[in-house]
Formats: sequence, C-alpha cells, structure tokens
Amino acid sequence: MNEALLRSLTPSVLTVLVRRGADFAAAEDAVQDALVEAVRVWPADPPRDPKGWLVTVAWRRFLDATRADTARRRREDRVDEEPAPGPAPAADDTLQLYFLCAHPSLTPSSAVALTLRAVGGLTTRQIAQAYLVPEATMAQRISRAKRTVSGVRLDRPGDVSTVLRVLYLVFNEGYSGDVDLSAEAIRLTRQLATTIDHPEVAGLLALMLLHHARREARTTPDGSLVPLADQNRALWDTTAITEGVAILQTALSRDRLGEFQAQAAIAALHADAPTAGETDWVQIVEWYDELAGLTDNPVVQLNRAVAVGEADGPRAGLAALSKLDDSLPRHTAVAAYLHERDGDTKTAARLYTEAAQKAPNLAERNHLTRQAARLNASR
Amino acid sequence: MAKYLLLKHYRGAPAAVNDVPMDKWTQDEITAHIQYMRDFADRLEKTGEFVGGEAVAPEGAWVRYDGEGRPPVTDGPFAETKDLIAGWMIIDVDTYDRAVQLAGELSAAPGAGGKPIHEWLEVRPFLAAPPTIPDCPH
Repeated sequence: MNEALLRSLTPSVLTVLVRRGADFAAAEDAVQDALVEAVRVWPADPPRDPKGWLVTVAWRRFLDATRADTARRRREDRVDEEPAPGPAPAADDTLQLYFLCAHPSLTPSSAVALTLRAVGGLTTRQIAQAYLVPEATMAQRISRAKRTVSGVRLDRPGDVSTVLRVLYLVFNEGYSGDVDLSAEAIRLTRQLATTIDHPEVAGLLALMLLHHARREARTTPDGSLVPLADQNRALWDTTAITEGVAILQTALSRDRLGEFQAQAAIAALHADAPTAGETDWVQIVEWYDELAGLTDNPVVQLNRAVAVGEADGPRAGLAALSKLDDSLPRHTAVAAYLHERDGDTKTAARLYTEAAQKAPNLAERNHLTRQAARLNASR
Repeated sequence: MAKYLLLKHYRGAPAAVNDVPMDKWTQDEITAHIQYMRDFADRLEKTGEFVGGEAVAPEGAWVRYDGEGRPPVTDGPFAETKDLIAGWMIIDVDTYDRAVQLAGELSAAPGAGGKPIHEWLEVRPFLAAPPTIPDCPH
C-alpha cells in the first residue's frame, strides 16, 4: 500500500467532514482513526474508491464520537445521521486547511505539528518520533493547537507566507527517525502549489527541490558534513535540479520576486556549476543583494560576505564581514574561512576553534574542529 | 523548536535566596515542594513542551577504561567535587526566552517557610541536527 497516496487524501477527506458540519477538532480525530483503519484493512482488501472509503469510515467515527458525547449531554442536539451530500469540496478547501494549521495564533512548533497531522496525515507517534519528544507531549501539543484554532472559520483566506514559513521549518528539520520530514515538506508544498498560484509557493518548492537534490552529497556515510565546494557533484540528483530550475524560471517570469525565489535562484546557480570553481559568484552576490532588499535577516549579509569573498577575493569578503555584528551566529566560522582563504592560517585556526565552541549543532562543531585540526597540523 | 536541558545542582551553583537545606524544612514544606515539581512537569506535558526529567543521587562513581581485557576502573565519589548535579529536565520549546521563563518558574519551587527557593538553575541548549538548508554555504 502506498502510504503517501493514502496520506495525500487526508486534507480532502477532512474538508468533506468539516463541510458536512463536523467541527474541525472532532473531524480531524475521526480522519486519523480512518487512516489508521485504512493501514490495517487496505493491504488485504483494497477499496475501489479509496477516498470514498475514507470519508465513510471517518464520518462513521465522527458520528460514534459525537453520539457518545451527545449521550453524555442527555442526548440533546442530536446530529443528523444522514449527511447532506453537499457539494464536492474544491481544491480551495484544502488551501483553507493549510491556512488554519499555520494560523498566526499558533506557535511555530504547534503549527508544524498540526500541519503534519491534519494536512500531512502523519500519526501523532510519527510526528513525536520525528521531533524526538514523547508521544504524550506531542498529543497534547496537537490538541492544544486544535483548541487554539477552534474558533477560526475555514472560509476566509489567510496569509500564504505563514504557511510557507511552516513548510520551510518542516523541510529544515530533515530526517530523523522513520519520517523523512524534508520529503514530507516537499510533498506538502507540491500539493499546496496545485491549490494556489503564487510565485513564492513555487519559489519555496524550487528551493526545497534544489537543496534536496544535494542530500546524498551533503554528508559522508558517518554523518560528517561535506561543504558545498567539496561535494561530489555526481551525487546530486539531476532530476530534482531540473524540476527545481524549471519551477523557479516560471515563477521568476511572473516578476513578483520574493525571499524564497531569491534563495532558490542562489541554490540554482550553485546547482548549475559543473565544478565548485566554475560557480558564478558575481551573480550570486547580486542575488544576495536582491535578497537583502527583501528581508532584514542578518544571515543574508553573512552569506553575502562569503560570496563577496569568492567573487572579489577574501579581503573584500573580510571587509564586508567587518560591517556586521560579530555576535551573529556563524560569524566566527565565516571569519575563519575568509582568513584561511587570505592565507592567514594562524588566525584561521584560532577562529575555527572558537567557532566550533559556538556551533549550534554537533555536525557543524565536528566540521569546524576538523578545520582547526587540519590547519594546526599543517603549520 | 529547540531542546534545552534545565540542570539543578546540589552544589556548584551560586547560593539560592531562600537557602535552607531540605532536611531543615517541615514535612509539609517538603510535600509542597515535591507537589510543585510534579505539577510543573504535568503542566509542561499539557503545553506540549515536556521531554523528560529525572533526579539523580548525589553519590556516584568515576569510571574509566583500563585497557583491553581489563575491567573498568572505578574511583570516587570525591567529596571535594565542586559541581554536583541533582537532577535534570529536558524541554522542547519555541524560543530561548521561553526556556528561560520556564527555568524561572521551576526556580520558584517552594522551600523553607513555603517561600520560593529562588535557586539558580542552569539552562543549556542541546546541539541539534544541522538544518537541511545550511545557514552558511561553506
């Protein structure tokens, strides 16, 4: 059974239930139950109409739950057991679900969890495993998120940038446990792109595809980071790159530039270089300048300093770096790199050691420590 | 979405404001303290921020490898060890500020006289997995 196919039906089944009058939280629970049931039953007895099957089972679960509830409330307000057929949900309904799950009243971690469950169709256990928290904690995070958005109506358009931020966070989480969150983020962004025509949705999808394409080359089998310049480009996924570039070009032709399109353009320029030495750094610097006009995220300036160092030489890179706040994360790592390029290995070694102590993750710390050790050994 | 370790120390932290050792508290004060810690963990589970937590015994041993085919060597405990961890809690929160806020609440656990201990807790971020999109291109 194709689990991704099953999960891709989640949002449309959920919106059918909501359209029939089920409240979001109860409908979402019922759909989860139906998905679990499908995983159990389908391998031996695949339905002819998977979506119809899911709707029927989920609706029955919803009625059972509501009936139990109603019984407790002395059978007041009984729910009509024969649902009105109602209009077939449009793609637009799925879009509303994305907006709801990324609602600004939710914290980022709640929005991520709710999106993965209600739109992605992942189980609470899978989400908990992916984020390395106990299942009970994740269950509470999700039910709290559902309570938070319980008063939100599904009929008003939201801000697509909030949805994109959530999907970006999921993508960046990568791969831990049984769930490949990067692949899941790509699937959800692809699905979103079919429901809304927006150049930044396309931009984010392109960005994800272009970075995902490098996945095999980004780490050695033991998990060590391989910097872009040292990656074996034969390992890059050319199909993903081709698709990412095509999506990006279409988006850019709309002439409504945004952050994700600009980031994707930089990723595309890297993808386009047959060797690291052939990278078009001048154009990359130009894209960083564009990006700096779209966001005040200081990381952009930091990365621009690296690109300037490649385009105009390490001295120019260091000059660009000197204008930035040296308390920025990875500022020291960039300084170390530029000093090494400038031939000052002594300063570089010292800065790599310092940067390693400040590294936000283990793989980066190990990488920076190795850089320091390499320079210390060669002196 | 970042994990933090909240560390409570038997020794090694700066002195608490309400610095009366636990064996000088009344029974009720001890009960109230334990209840506060339990409630705190329960509340964090309900907010979806609790990962785990345990207390550890003050007495332990140092252990090290002693060569191929030999059992590990143990030593200690050393009474003079300055820093002694009493317990830990792991939380998964959206921001560093939230981690600090929660550590502050944990530090308000009641002690002698039923008043907050104001003990110093250590907040340490975990080194997570690297992001898929590296913040730095090298």
